Amino acid sequence: MASWQWFHRLGSPKWLSGTIDRWLPWVLSAGTLLLIISVVWGLAFTPPDYKQGNSFRIIYIHVPTAVVALAAYYVMAIAGAVSIIWRMKVADMALRAIAPVGAALTFLALITGAIWGKPTWGAYWIWQDARLTSMLILFFLYLGIMALHDAYQDSASGNRAAAIMSLVGTVNIPIIYKSVDWWSSLHQPASLKFTEESTIATEMLQPLLLAIPGAYLFFIAAVMLQLRVQIARSEKNTQWMAERSGL
Amino acid sequence: MHPARKQRLIIVAIIVVGASVATALIGNALKQNLNLFYEPTRIVNGEAPVGRKIRVGGMVKEGSLVRLPDSLTAQFIVTDYEAEVIVEYTGILPDMFTEQAGTVATGILNEDGLFIAEQVLAKHDETYMPPEVAAALKDKPKSY
Repeated sequence: MASWQWFHRLGSPKWLSGTIDRWLPWVLSAGTLLLIISVVWGLAFTPPDYKQGNSFRIIYIHVPTAVVALAAYYVMAIAGAVSIIWRMKVADMALRAIAPVGAALTFLALITGAIWGKPTWGAYWIWQDARLTSMLILFFLYLGIMALHDAYQDSASGNRAAAIMSLVGTVNIPIIYKSVDWWSSLHQPASLKFTEESTIATEMLQPLLLAIPGAYLFFIAAVMLQLRVQIARSEKNTQWMAERSGL
Repeated sequence: MHPARKQRLIIVAIIVVGASVATALIGNALKQNLNLFYEPTRIVNGEAPVGRKIRVGGMVKEGSLVRLPDSLTAQFIVTDYEAEVIVEYTGILPDMFTEQAGTVATGILNEDGLFIAEQVLAKHDETYMPPEVAAALKDKPKSY
């Protein structure tokens, strides 16, 4: 069936490797450029907040990393589903490539949140808060998936276990997103709103709207780098990989 | 789709739906425990336990913050615009703690309905704006 061709091509490590080689420099430089522009703009050229002063500027790192950390989980879970249904080895590599990047982004979101929490709330961290706890669970999910992957002697079992865990963990994503609306929480609700006007001033919003796509591109580039390692490891005995390495 | 793949697709769907239903049931059973704090209305209605460590959250009522002389003890009223709870706290309040802004206090509700706090946090709302805009607006925050 012709319409499935793109999907089967995606399953070819050789094709994927070539595509990554072609796209990586562009994605990486575009992402880095967007992040540099948005962070410099946000840190130096936006007005301070009327109440938080300069400490609000951590939003330009906190929000993009948190947004991408959540989205990355869904991408990883889709790779998990593809791995279970089609037994596609590239899907397992993708799952393995996304987990550490997602964990790093979640960690950054947690740390920047804590750094902001101290001057704003008066505490780095509090327990029992729905938003803070569900985000911490996301961090452990990413770590758990990485650990499960390597926990088996035979890699097929590890792949299966990690894929199932990635699917189960999808439950947590809408919980993180809606936690501040469903329950009372110390964390404020989202300032960026899809259905109504955002409650953040336009001149403060603009750099954020550059930082979020910048973080997405940076995430894609980081996953590509990880994928390249995964592909090289699994295809090291093939003819094309030997040629690619110039051996 | 290949029958074996179709079957595995169904398994994937069962895992996701099953995990969601299980979590929804747990969440429903724990409903109140997932809230970080009690609103003043629920405290006034007697829903909060007396003599046990709980949290109260709401807005600090305008003009209600008083500091006792020669001590670090402060008293203020937390309101959800329906009911009010008096909170007493000895210590340094966070910089962002102001009247007409959100707060979350941890402590113990005594028999007289006075909330003795051991920790007071400032709750920030989702409004971000430059100082000039805030000065021009002088709008009272409506939600917390």
